Amino acid sequence: MFQLILFSILNGLVYGMLLFMLSSGLTLIFGMMGVLNFAHASFYMLGAYIAFTLGLRLGFWPALLIAPIVVGLLGALVERHGLRRVHRFGHIAELIFTFGVAIVIEEIVQLVWGRPAKSYQVPAVLDFPLFRAFGSSFPAYKAFMLVISVAIFAFIFVILTRTRAGLIIQASLTHSQMVAMLGHNVPRVFMVVFGIGSALAAVAGVIAGPVLGTFPGMAQVLGSIVFVVVVIGGLGSLTGAFVASLLIGIVQTFAVAMDVSVGGTLAAVGVHVTGGGVLHDLWKVTIAQVAPILPYVLLVLTLILRPTGLFGTRET
Amino acid sequence: MSTRHGAVVFVVITALVVGLASSATPADPIKVAYIDPLSGPFAATGENGLNQFKYAADAINKSGGVLGRQLELVPLDNKVSPQESLIQLKKVIGDGIPFVFQGNSSGVAHAISDAVQKHNERNAGNRVLYLNYSAVDPALTNEKCHFWHFRFDAHADMKMAALTDVIATNKSIKKMYIIGQDYSFGKAVADAAVSMLGKKRPDIQIVGNELHPIGKVKDFSPYVQKIVASGADAVITGNWGADMIALAKAANDGGLKVPFYTYYAASDGVTAAIGAAGIDRIRLVHESHPGNPNAPKAFSDYITGYRKLHPQNDINQPRIQTALNMLAQAIKRAGTTDVDKVAAALEGAEFTNLSGDQLVMRRDDHQLQMPIYISVHTNKNIKHDLDASGFGLSLENKIERDKATQPTTCKMQRPT
Amino acid sequence: MSSPAATRSLALPGVARAVRARRLGPWLTAAVVLLILPQLVRTGTALAVMNQMGIAVIFALSFNMLLGQGGMLSFGHAVYFGIGGFIAAHLLNLAGRGTLWLPVPLLPLVGGLGGLAFAVLFGSFSTRRAGTVFSMISLGVAELMAASSLIFDRFFGGEEGITTNRSKAPLLLGLEFTRDRQVYYLIAFWLFVAALAMYAFSRTPVGRMANAVRDNPERAEFVGYSQHRVRLASFCAAGFFAGIAGGLFAINYEILTAENMGLNASGVVLLMAYIGGIGYFVGPIIGAVIFTFLQSMLSDYTGMWLFYLGILFLITVLFVPMGLAGILMLHAPAWRSRRLGRLVVPYFVTGTLGLLAVVGGIGLLELLHFVAVSEAAGATKRLFWVAVAPRTLTPWLGFAALAVAGALGVRWTAPRAAAAFAEASN
Repeated sequence: MFQLILFSILNGLVYGMLLFMLSSGLTLIFGMMGVLNFAHASFYMLGAYIAFTLGLRLGFWPALLIAPIVVGLLGALVERHGLRRVHRFGHIAELIFTFGVAIVIEEIVQLVWGRPAKSYQVPAVLDFPLFRAFGSSFPAYKAFMLVISVAIFAFIFVILTRTRAGLIIQASLTHSQMVAMLGHNVPRVFMVVFGIGSALAAVAGVIAGPVLGTFPGMAQVLGSIVFVVVVIGGLGSLTGAFVASLLIGIVQTFAVAMDVSVGGTLAAVGVHVTGGGVLHDLWKVTIAQVAPILPYVLLVLTLILRPTGLFGTRET
Repeated sequence: MSTRHGAVVFVVITALVVGLASSATPADPIKVAYIDPLSGPFAATGENGLNQFKYAADAINKSGGVLGRQLELVPLDNKVSPQESLIQLKKVIGDGIPFVFQGNSSGVAHAISDAVQKHNERNAGNRVLYLNYSAVDPALTNEKCHFWHFRFDAHADMKMAALTDVIATNKSIKKMYIIGQDYSFGKAVADAAVSMLGKKRPDIQIVGNELHPIGKVKDFSPYVQKIVASGADAVITGNWGADMIALAKAANDGGLKVPFYTYYAASDGVTAAIGAAGIDRIRLVHESHPGNPNAPKAFSDYITGYRKLHPQNDINQPRIQTALNMLAQAIKRAGTTDVDKVAAALEGAEFTNLSGDQLVMRRDDHQLQMPIYISVHTNKNIKHDLDASGFGLSLENKIERDKATQPTTCKMQRPT
Repeated sequence: MSSPAATRSLALPGVARAVRARRLGPWLTAAVVLLILPQLVRTGTALAVMNQMGIAVIFALSFNMLLGQGGMLSFGHAVYFGIGGFIAAHLLNLAGRGTLWLPVPLLPLVGGLGGLAFAVLFGSFSTRRAGTVFSMISLGVAELMAASSLIFDRFFGGEEGITTNRSKAPLLLGLEFTRDRQVYYLIAFWLFVAALAMYAFSRTPVGRMANAVRDNPERAEFVGYSQHRVRLASFCAAGFFAGIAGGLFAINYEILTAENMGLNASGVVLLMAYIGGIGYFVGPIIGAVIFTFLQSMLSDYTGMWLFYLGILFLITVLFVPMGLAGILMLHAPAWRSRRLGRLVVPYFVTGTLGLLAVVGGIGLLELLHFVAVSEAAGATKRLFWVAVAPRTLTPWLGFAALAVAGALGVRWTAPRAAAAFAEASN
């Protein structure tokens, strides 16, 4: 029991922090530019693939440094030459554009690296169990993932709140026109934020690639969950993204561990449902089987009941 | 342009066209379609399967082909999607290809089998024969059987019967955990395990029966934690492809050291993922000699020849060679590629495979009858390793053909 | 179409007849074309593709009711398509067993009603807000339904999906549907009826108000219409027609899986509608036909067809947001003044050069793909019906030269084509 709880919390934290790395960039971009970047998870995928290829020649650590820079530059380019041009057609057009970019990036990945999954390995220096407890062990690499995610969060926090550039970015979040009138190049600020957001997604890809698999569908798999996190946390709010990421990460990990049926759980809370009927399948299935849809149920509920999310202040 | 110029141009063009059209074309090849995953989480399985088909077809073509014609493989990507497979099947029918091989997955197999039966009933003129070389949901040769479906791999119940016989002899197992993919095959494995263990070892407690979405779970750590928490002494799983690789990795990372009884925990990346952690612990039930120790010479040569062409891949589905050769023989016996006549020739056909086993295609349900092998993952005395990893499979038990047979509920309806 | 001048002149009977002919003309032509098409293309594969196109056209038209006419970008429209299909498949199975009298021709209607029911259910909260929030809710609903398919095994059939058999249903007027050709005529019939109905809808007050709500929701409210109710009406109508397409899908393929409701299917219909042109009624029709055609044709030759379509989509979004229909409509003044003939030569020249550039570009991409992905050392590849050896330098230089020459040629001749266009449109 303790083993299950301890390891579920640890695994949930690792997964949650990974989601945070992805969603922080997305929520910042949305907060600044009002565009929900469909291609964000594609930059995550590119990060993993580029790191894999660089890693074959240079090793894991140089790749960890170089891949996010490459992807960040790519993101800035996409913003400069694509998004900016579409911006005047409205938010719908921007959404459609980023959707197209996501498709094209996925196809480019298949074009250059092929369809089968890449065997992107954990670096040998981190490939050992960190500790054993209650008959199960926790890999050191996952601890490394946790450390990197926390470090990045701290880094972003410090930059945004303590440096001049960060203050300008924060100001552009809510008062972009005033900031422009004060003489700052706001389009360039947008481009830099987009680039940094993409670089963050790439870092997530570099470290998650060995654990979650490096294959052309990885953007789609994580992309939907990241949207859920961003919406639940509140569009534009970094704290919201942090809380929602951990929430989703831990809920999903714990849900897998629970073999109680949905009907049984409801009965424990005092709601009795009779077998049979149209929803019969729903009552007899276990929480573990329902785990994949829980984030989406939360998403739809949030959008209906509180469209600004937990910590957000704006809807669109 | 004057009329004379026009006439000259016309003559020249006609001559070119006629010349090209009548350039000696070799005798029509016999086309054989292969509808399996060539992309997605199971691409490695599909691509390796395709290479094994090509290897087997080349051998047949080198020794003269079939009825003087060469075999030509037409690969199509089914993306492990029943939808996509039916679209490919429509293409196959439209192109007039009479023979279709498919094996991954059972979900796709159901869709194809159903579509083939409907199409054949409606179009007596251009029928298609469905040769199932790897989809082992027992339903396909029981309640869903029909005349134009033939299966060349032992189905899930045959394999589970053998596996549970071996488990029954292991008295140290008291708690069993079953985990599988949530689709027809995964469910069939779970059902068979529960019922057969219940008969042979009622004292074994099933402490977990888990179905996870197929091809979607990337990190199996939460599932591994559950297995550890349940106190299971052993695990049964039918997982294959990316799911088996991920499960093996998570089990290694999580320090899970109990025996695994599996259907597909070898090759296509799985053996490399298991590595040293799985020695003498991971077992596999399958349909031909594992290659070690002391494989029959014909088989050993076949494997070595394949390795020269594909240094990273293995002959992990020798039934491919069996299936293609049995088809070739049936076509020769029927003297034609007419599907009904070939099917009639294939029913009841006998074949000796590379492992030296005598196989027979049972008329009642079109299920190939064969002995079943159980092997263990190890690195001792491995002449033929898997995934070029130094690890491979070593034979532990063989259940003979007449012991491995299972009854059928099929009521075969033959075309008049 | 209905300016005051036209209304006045309708008083003259000759003019009234001419206007009616202009309005009915396209529909009559369409009906005739649909009827004779199977006679012109007789191969089995072509028939299968045409059936696929017919279903795609209905689906794309229903999607455009949301996007083009209502300004609502839905990432989950395939949910209603899929649900309509599943309900139709289940009822067809019941009909096959004799429990229900439901002949095949009426099945799309049943699918439509199923789509409508779920559109009412999900639309009630989805349509409260427009814009990004609407899109996000539609995404959430789509993912929710796709994930639910694993839970509601009996309805969705799990991984294997639900199969059905159109030969077992009771017959209406003795009409059988065992052959693809017969299914084609059924699809063509429903295509005509659905397209007519959707066009009529866009002309009703609700349809017109949907346009108004798209352009300026606040002002529409001041005129007296609730933006929520108007959007909901559009949403339900779109769901109904998507369900009809789903029912036809069930009849044509006799299998439905959870994939039919998923994000990929919704993404594809967005591509189709946008490439065709969302601002015009015929846009989605053009987009669906071209997309389906390219998808079936290209996928035989290259695994990268979705990449090419994605690039086409991006180009449309960035440079030609009006879509193919928009480009065609730009030439309407030239047609009316009968000066279209002047454009043939400049367009042909620029077009051929552009085609050469595209061939060169595609060649280079295919070579890159082959080299990056295949393991064999000296293999050859068939590109544009010619066998090339991708690991030697010649094909690369050849295609690069084509691409560069074509691009330069286009740059050179484009101004002349543009000038010709400007002149013809005056």
